[in-house]
Amino acid sequence: MTPIIEFKDYTFKYRAQKEPTLRDINLSIYPGEKVLIVGPSGSGKSTIAHCINGLVPFSFAGESSGTLKVKGENPAKLGIFGMSKIAGTVLQDTNGQFIGLTVAEDIAFALENDMVPQEEMIDRVSQVADVVEVKTLLGHAPWELSGGQKQRVSMAGVMVDDVEILLFDEPLANLDPATGKRAIDLIDKISRNKKTTILIIEHRLEDALYRDVDRIVVVGEGRIVADEKPDRLLVGNVLKEQGIREPLYVTALKHAGCELTEESRPQHIETMRLEPYKELMQRWFQTVSYRKEKKEEKCVLSVKDLYFSYVEGNPVLQHIHFDIRKGEMVSIVGKNGAGKSTLAGIICGFMKPVRGSILLNGEDISEQSIKERGEKIGLVMQSPGQMISKPMIYEEVALGLAVRGVPEEEIKERVYRTLKICGLYPFRNWPVSALSYGQKKRVTIASILVMDPEIIILDEPTAGQDYRHYTEIMEFLKEINEKYGITILMITHDMHLMLEYTERAIVISDGHLLADDTPAKVLTDETIADKAYLKKTSLYDLAVKCGIGSPTEFVERFIHYESVHDEQKTGEGRARHGEDTDL
Amino acid sequence: MARILTYEEKDTWIHRLSGVTKLVFFLLWTMTSMLSYDTRVLLAMMLGSLVIYKMSKTEWKQVGTVLKFILFFLVINLIAIFLFSPYEGVGIYGTRSDLFHLFGNYWVTKEQLFYELNVMMKYVTIVPAVFMFVVTTNPSEFAASLNRIGISYNIGYSVAIALRYIPDVQDDFSKIRNAQEARGIEMSGKASFSSRIKNTAAIIFPLIFTSMDRIDVVSNAMELRGFGKHKKRTWYMGKKLKRADYVTLAVTVLLSALFLFITFHDGDRFYNPFV
Amino acid sequence: MEAKLKFGVKEVVAVGIGSALFVALTQVQIPLGIPNTALQPRAALLAFLSAVFGPVVGAAVGLIGHALGDMFFYGSAWWSWVFPEAIFAIVVGAFANKYGVKEGAFGKKEIILFNVMQVIGNAVAWILAAPILDILIYKEPAQKVFVQGVGAWLGNVLIIAVLGTLLTVGYAKVGAKSSSLMKED
Repeated sequence: MTPIIEFKDYTFKYRAQKEPTLRDINLSIYPGEKVLIVGPSGSGKSTIAHCINGLVPFSFAGESSGTLKVKGENPAKLGIFGMSKIAGTVLQDTNGQFIGLTVAEDIAFALENDMVPQEEMIDRVSQVADVVEVKTLLGHAPWELSGGQKQRVSMAGVMVDDVEILLFDEPLANLDPATGKRAIDLIDKISRNKKTTILIIEHRLEDALYRDVDRIVVVGEGRIVADEKPDRLLVGNVLKEQGIREPLYVTALKHAGCELTEESRPQHIETMRLEPYKELMQRWFQTVSYRKEKKEEKCVLSVKDLYFSYVEGNPVLQHIHFDIRKGEMVSIVGKNGAGKSTLAGIICGFMKPVRGSILLNGEDISEQSIKERGEKIGLVMQSPGQMISKPMIYEEVALGLAVRGVPEEEIKERVYRTLKICGLYPFRNWPVSALSYGQKKRVTIASILVMDPEIIILDEPTAGQDYRHYTEIMEFLKEINEKYGITILMITHDMHLMLEYTERAIVISDGHLLADDTPAKVLTDETIADKAYLKKTSLYDLAVKCGIGSPTEFVERFIHYESVHDEQKTGEGRARHGEDTDL
Repeated sequence: MARILTYEEKDTWIHRLSGVTKLVFFLLWTMTSMLSYDTRVLLAMMLGSLVIYKMSKTEWKQVGTVLKFILFFLVINLIAIFLFSPYEGVGIYGTRSDLFHLFGNYWVTKEQLFYELNVMMKYVTIVPAVFMFVVTTNPSEFAASLNRIGISYNIGYSVAIALRYIPDVQDDFSKIRNAQEARGIEMSGKASFSSRIKNTAAIIFPLIFTSMDRIDVVSNAMELRGFGKHKKRTWYMGKKLKRADYVTLAVTVLLSALFLFITFHDGDRFYNPFV
Repeated sequence: MEAKLKFGVKEVVAVGIGSALFVALTQVQIPLGIPNTALQPRAALLAFLSAVFGPVVGAAVGLIGHALGDMFFYGSAWWSWVFPEAIFAIVVGAFANKYGVKEGAFGKKEIILFNVMQVIGNAVAWILAAPILDILIYKEPAQKVFVQGVGAWLGNVLIIAVLGTLLTVGYAKVGAKSSSLMKED
């Protein structure tokens, strides 16, 4: 059989970069295959997709050597339009990919451009909408859709052209775990039913492996480091070396000293043969030490019986109540649109609750303005671009103090102190544009930290970040939490973040407080996980299948073990990569 | 941002008309009322506008706040005209019939009142037509309609993208404004003029820069799906012209022609009751 | 000059998103302290977009943004004030290649040129075109519309001199090089 995609000694360098992003790529993908391409940010994995769909070299200019053939054609000759008939791309930014004013128009977009008559368009749109299960949404506008729904519309929008290859660029980046699962399931169905060749580019390996893939290609620093069947890859060490997170159960097994074999089929925990490792796991469970209890601090923020609605009779939040203690790190979780961001908005004073109150150090703050609250409760938005308004780092961090009329000398001193805490002091005179994404994130955190808040609320602090950047951001937050006693609340749907960095998870589902418990409990409780669109952690299954009596405790011990033993975690950043998720 | 007119789906004959028909009506109607100063024409158009507005079953809550705002400006404008040029009407109609003396050099004349009445009628004619057009035309049809009346589909699609992104940008704006306000950067308030500008900058810069980043993403996404491949394109939401459309179009064109004829046949845009 | 006159996919999107911004900023006004007068940051946006993308994109944003903004927020279509917006954008955008915003070369010389052009552009648009159209189309008193025009000219010149310049300088610094190809240190 001839490959449908074939890279031969392919090297590519972006015009604006000194070093090639892809080096000597040799890769063959056969018709009907389903291949997962993993690699950290900046490894060049997205560039591989751009070479296939023609964005390279037409939209992103550069030079290449070697050959690339897609269905016998050279994308650099055929052009973006020509390639769009062969390969469909679902971008990471599904809101950006949503072009039309409504779902139906967006799906029809490619057909409109091809001058397909209206009657035929209506037929074809309806058929493909059926495949991706968005038929009931055809008249909806993008702002009425969730991230998962937008993604399915994007899929329909490229499948409407009957393409032979589907490229998914980080399909899981913006989805909550349950929606991500559904997306992977849908991709799997398409691959089975339509025999489409599928390339999934992702760094969230465990979630992407929810359904079988034929091969996993690991990309590191522009080269293909491994190209193997999943079972084989998971038993080795390539993933860890490349800074890609293994499935948690695989990590746990390795911690316990199990010699994993290909024959045990580690690709899915559900079907993995665990008999050989059972005993070792049980023994390990007994030996790993127990997590210490934190001593009780005084309550810094309490939310009491909060109700909120935009339209009367249609409550967004109901009877929300919880206490946050000083120095805690807490995650607020729940599916998109559950009311998490609204809750944060109410705490910061952007909206007024219908009923209920918020106490800061025992004092009711309902009469305080946004600005007054901002001195005590800082909010860091998801993307640094939404906050940064000054070209220079120093000015940006100083902004909040400057508008409050703090004297120049004091500003300077506080800004420098904060920059030191954030590891940005050496860059104090740099323009913000010279920083990496993670560093920009730090600038936004610094710009809040400089005001000496008691609480910082972060909206999705790690969304779309690979393991290295995730670790970098989270270790930094942990440090300011531990060293400076700043209370941290994080809105997230990253289960790893919850488990590894927070002591408590406040779970909001359909406007109700569903749970307020340790993340390990939340993620081992099927009912809660389901309702909150989370996913039961695979550690749970591992514990159950290994006959460990208390899965929750197993999860807690595992996390504790990791935090103690993973000293290389902070050093993980040593690998040098070109910064950027777009590459 | 409640004070904005938006499309609402309803089942009236006006809603059912093709966007092209409504666009042509809207353009011809506003142009005619712009050009004409013939009181009889304006009166007829004003009544026509009101009838159409009524038929579109537009409710007060859809347009109320905007309407109040317009009326406020109308009054300001009428007063401004009087203050700047109290005898504009006298100049136009060539006679002067004083009614009473106000102050200084300001006399209220019949001619001025009549002239300002005409100005007012122009406003009142245009407003219901705009309301009707905005609240009864599905935005999805807009681009197709522009393309149908001969405007390049590129420009048509620019309009579609604008409509697609207005809610997104507004949402971003309020998020950014809130977050910046929490940092102490307020847009209004008692701050000095220069710090008000600076604070506005701190809010709109992130908005504009993140939007600039979007341009690349969106244009790549469009190109990946073949936008601009051919000289023409079809439209999923384009509505075929039906009999009602042809009738409406014919009536619109005939009426506009008639109105313009009445207005200009004597070589003067004004209807002069004073001679 | 040539490059800034083409109208491809990127320009279509720039006009679309630029117009959406223009419409969204229609309601953002900086009060001057005198009743019913306010500076319009959207004028700064238009000057900025024209400087970055050139006269064609600028003019289209001016026309589409102003017309849609008028329709959605004010329920009217004031064509005599829609067209001058495009005239202004063309004057400022004509020298887009000279400003070199995307290349990050927006320095002192360019800032002066940009501001000279915006003063001229605003004058042609608001002191000349808008009042003349107002007189021709609406037959409004000449004195009134010229005073209005001079007011608009002053306000726009002021806001663009400050906000428009800051915005363009900022983008030349931030936007130009952050095109995601920066190596981490």
